[in-house]
Amino acid sequence: MFPSEFEYLAPATLDEALSLLAEHAEDAKVLAGGQSLIPLMKLRFAAPAILIDINGLPGLSHLQEDKRGRGFLRIGALVRNAALERSELLKARYPTMAAAAPLISDPIVRNQGTLVGSLVHADPQGDWGSVLLALEGEVVAKSATGERRIPATKFFDGPFTTVLRPDELAVEARVPAPGPRSFGTYLKLERKVGDFATVGVAVSVSTERGVVTRAGIGLTGVGPANIKAVDAEQALVGHRLTDKAIRRAAELAAAASEPRTDVRGSADYKREVVRVYVARGLHQALAAKAA
Amino acid sequence: MAVTETEPSPGWLGKSVKRKEDDRFLAGRGNYIEDVKLPAMLHMAILRSPYAHARITSIDTSAATALPGVVAVVTGELLAQHNLAWMPTLSGDTQAVLATDKVRFQGQEVACVIAEDRYVAHDALELIEVDYEPLPAVVDPFAALAEGAPLIRDDKDGQTDNRIYHWEAGDPEATERAFAEADRVVTVDTHYPRSHPSPLECCGCVADVNPASGRATIYMTSQAPHAIRTVFALVAGLPEQNIQIISPDIGGGFGNKVPVYPGYVVATAASLLIGRPVKWIEDRTGNLISTGFARDFHMKGELALTDDGRMLGLRVKMLSDQGYAYADAQPSKLKAGLFHIVTGSYAMPAAHVITDGAYTNKAPGGVAYRCSFRVTEASFLIERLVQSAAYDLGMDPAELRRKNFIRPDQFPYTSATGFVYDSGDYEAALDLALEKAGYEALRVEQAKLREEGKGKLLGIGIASMTEALGAGPSRDYDILGIKMFDSAELRVHPTGKAILKLGVRHQGQGHETTFAQIVAHELGIPPDDILVHEGDTDNTPYGLGTYASRSTPVAGAAAAMVARKLRDKSKTIAAHLLEVAEEDLEWEIGRFSVKGAPDRSKTIQEIAFAAYTDHPPGMEAGLEGVHYYDPPNLTFPFATYLVVVEVDAETGEWKPRQVVAVDDCGVRINPMIVEGQIMGGLTEGFAMSAMQQITFDEDGNCIGANFMDYLLPTAWETPHFDLYETCTPSPHHPIGCKGVGESATVGSPAAFVNAVVDAVAHLGVRDVDMPVTSGAVWEAIQAVKGGG
Amino acid sequence: MHRSITVTVNGQARTAEVEPRMLLVHFLREVLDLRGAHVGCDTTSCGVCAVLVDGVPVKSCTMFAVQVDGKSLTTVEGLAGNGQKHALQEGFKEEHGLQCGFCTPAMMLVASALLEENPNPSEREIRWAISGNLCRCTGYQNIVKAVQHAAATLHPQPAGRTE
Repeated sequence: MFPSEFEYLAPATLDEALSLLAEHAEDAKVLAGGQSLIPLMKLRFAAPAILIDINGLPGLSHLQEDKRGRGFLRIGALVRNAALERSELLKARYPTMAAAAPLISDPIVRNQGTLVGSLVHADPQGDWGSVLLALEGEVVAKSATGERRIPATKFFDGPFTTVLRPDELAVEARVPAPGPRSFGTYLKLERKVGDFATVGVAVSVSTERGVVTRAGIGLTGVGPANIKAVDAEQALVGHRLTDKAIRRAAELAAAASEPRTDVRGSADYKREVVRVYVARGLHQALAAKAA
Repeated sequence: MAVTETEPSPGWLGKSVKRKEDDRFLAGRGNYIEDVKLPAMLHMAILRSPYAHARITSIDTSAATALPGVVAVVTGELLAQHNLAWMPTLSGDTQAVLATDKVRFQGQEVACVIAEDRYVAHDALELIEVDYEPLPAVVDPFAALAEGAPLIRDDKDGQTDNRIYHWEAGDPEATERAFAEADRVVTVDTHYPRSHPSPLECCGCVADVNPASGRATIYMTSQAPHAIRTVFALVAGLPEQNIQIISPDIGGGFGNKVPVYPGYVVATAASLLIGRPVKWIEDRTGNLISTGFARDFHMKGELALTDDGRMLGLRVKMLSDQGYAYADAQPSKLKAGLFHIVTGSYAMPAAHVITDGAYTNKAPGGVAYRCSFRVTEASFLIERLVQSAAYDLGMDPAELRRKNFIRPDQFPYTSATGFVYDSGDYEAALDLALEKAGYEALRVEQAKLREEGKGKLLGIGIASMTEALGAGPSRDYDILGIKMFDSAELRVHPTGKAILKLGVRHQGQGHETTFAQIVAHELGIPPDDILVHEGDTDNTPYGLGTYASRSTPVAGAAAAMVARKLRDKSKTIAAHLLEVAEEDLEWEIGRFSVKGAPDRSKTIQEIAFAAYTDHPPGMEAGLEGVHYYDPPNLTFPFATYLVVVEVDAETGEWKPRQVVAVDDCGVRINPMIVEGQIMGGLTEGFAMSAMQQITFDEDGNCIGANFMDYLLPTAWETPHFDLYETCTPSPHHPIGCKGVGESATVGSPAAFVNAVVDAVAHLGVRDVDMPVTSGAVWEAIQAVKGGG
Repeated sequence: MHRSITVTVNGQARTAEVEPRMLLVHFLREVLDLRGAHVGCDTTSCGVCAVLVDGVPVKSCTMFAVQVDGKSLTTVEGLAGNGQKHALQEGFKEEHGLQCGFCTPAMMLVASALLEENPNPSEREIRWAISGNLCRCTGYQNIVKAVQHAAATLHPQPAGRTE
């Protein structure tokens, strides 16, 4: 497969990149990991006139917590999925992300693909969107004229669409640091390695003295965009993670999903998998807490 | 891992010789079609139809032609001027090279750009403007045969509906009687989904027609270069001696690279018209959407039994979804291929098979995907039926098989549909599989898990398959009239080294090693001293090619036979050199010696040298020969595959926990390579059962046109295999081989499906269609829950 | 508009003018005449094009040649040294880890990156590491054995790890 012609720009600094974006806006696409964009260009579903390669930009490869672990986990736009998969910090403190990272595409693609790029691509079957929704993260967007922080709940605007302006560059994703008793996981039903999710479920809960203080549930592949199962989350807050509470949350999450029947399964089936996976995820969280 | 139950043969048979072909692949120096580059070579790209069924009202190529770097744009209209717009299929139907009147499937070839550069060629595709008038698409073969269905092949004189053929095998009256006597009848109604062989290398060619000499040298991804040469001679009207087909290293075939595809023909025509070499490399979407698919049989099987589990008769009715052309790669006389081996491993007194083929708005194909002409579908159906019957009877599925197997003393066994099975011991293979899997313990574990009711279930699936390979005897088997023999030419050089040339063409099966071992075994020249040469029609004898597991049964036999011819001549030379009568000589591998005086001997190398330097007066010099082998019968390898799966009752997710394969392919030339074939076959069997499927929406749009939608398993999903063997030689093959390349693909899908069904059988589930997705399992459970 | 790029390939600096849209796999195959990387799909699914960029496996069909300017590449042609087969090449031959050979160069390169990181991988770890590479012939089992064969050659251990 053979992409159309384009002009290739490889800025050396962030300022240069932002001014190129401001100049070319609608005509340009940003190239980071390229693992979604380049396949689309090869199929000529995408044919940008200008490609702005940000891989040479300094300062976008950070994966670290700020404020001594009491602020945010900050994930730079050039942090590869492979780095997330191998991160001890994620395994220790961000189990939902640690569970999701190895389930993104396949091992070779993870060496290039980035979390921020995946968010910007906004595939409703993308896994990171659900994780960010469950963890109440945000995206930091910069442009030549300024910077804004966009909560995950406001970031997605439909399939393959976000609220980013053409002159903006997503430079970072942020996830709030977990409270002292926080647990989570990501469960994905896929037909094989490299497949998009038939159903994905991101779960994250924080507790104090056994009572849920914060709950996050994100759903993949069961709607026109990643879904935050707000009713299910609210049903958990203020309660202990009893079988009954878990069952109730799982049913509410299933009700929040809007799956469609396709080759991956019927709508009924996918809704049922949401219910089962949310319950399993919460039970796993409970078990992790006990351990 | 593997247990060899047989004694190693003397000589070179039964030795796991490391492959001679490996070194070039390991160094990245294979020579695949993509690696072929010729001076002044142009590149071709194909424009495909977005519609499944539409009338072409106009094609405007002017903008594409004007693009710098574009040399020509070829359309069906241009080809029609040279009488090349249509070509024959391997089943004697016709198929468009480039569409002229209508497009008949999504992805059909409409126009080709020939350009200096592949990127430019693809730029030009976007500039071709085609106007289509969409027509209703026929995507279901039952609907295709219904009254008033849109006529797909309105180009064919006398074709008034979408029926291609009606074919029957077996004895209808005897079968009726069997069913009348039966205590019970068990039915399986299933669809073997449309699958695609999908070798990792797509198809391609480099066509080089020399305008001065008129000679066409065509490098092509072909499993059957000689047959292709003849078809090309017929299609293009070129004199056959002016066509050379060179099939370089092939990155997997599995049946996909048997037919002639439009890309080959257009590239050749373009090279002829332009006078420069033209290269065409197919992309994956083109490969999946337009080239030889496999299966797609709607099958209803009924098995008549007595209450004590004796099989009385089998009745099968099928409908084959052929796509818009009948392009099956299979013997001419057998419309449904060898499907009528559907009685499998069982002594079935009566059987009757009825098949119809229908045109639909889909790609043509019907290739034998790692399969001997539809035995895969046949094996699947009978093995699914046997399991259903066992549940119906309340018998263990292994016991029901055992009770009905053809017994060893019944061979040669003539089946109800006319096959003469050469040899077999089915119970031995089954017993070994049960023992190695720990069958009794598995049933105990299964019962315990069901009792616990925690949602984890265990299923055990068995398939005891027998297939028919090695097509085939000339009285019954031909393709387009060419008999299905195969050939070998052996030339021993003066220094005792040799070249063996064959009419087949391997695609990873290891011929360069195994066929050298056959000659080594027959003549005593070490395999390292024998070059095996295939895939060049100017320099190898005529043969029908490598598919349907026929290489070892047919070409391998030819290699043994030609070596024996040379051994006979060697004997005469040895007698001359040793100055004794031929009767006074005895052969041990590699030398003739004088009976009673073993120190008086001549090695094959010495004899070879003498053949050029000191041959007997009156004898022709040299040591070479050719043999065309016409097999007296097919060969009938068999196997028992036993699969254990774990099923999640809540979500329907399942995964294989254990796969035990007991294969009996007769004598194994190279056990390492045989096991490699079996593991590859098991993986494709797993793939078909679990994920591989090409589907279409109601407008005929292909779902499964890339590897994100058409799924091939990775190392992660693929189970670990435990391989075992029994050995029942073929009585009619020169070295007792039966062929093995496809056994596991043929037999194992039923074992996987049987295992999943077995896990949920206690809930009342009797069937899940392939591919057995987690969703399909869940739906099957819901269906029996709902129905009570 | 062509760009000049300089890449270190198997230890040798190579400079060429390329169109920005040229995929890395085409650069390797057509410009540098290194034929070990193949193309098997259009959708970044099959992995037969994998090569190492600065030691990391990438699918060379999903990267533009201009992106590797200044980087160091290893292809299968760079695996062997001094006329000696690499331990992986030996392992693949000894364990029959290849049939048609089309996926083999990429498979070995990905395996070499794995062995750098994990000198004695288990069967599960190998299967996970090569799950971005399709093989249609072998069923993977002998590939696993081939990688373990190479691991044993490169890092002799008293006993292989079990799961």
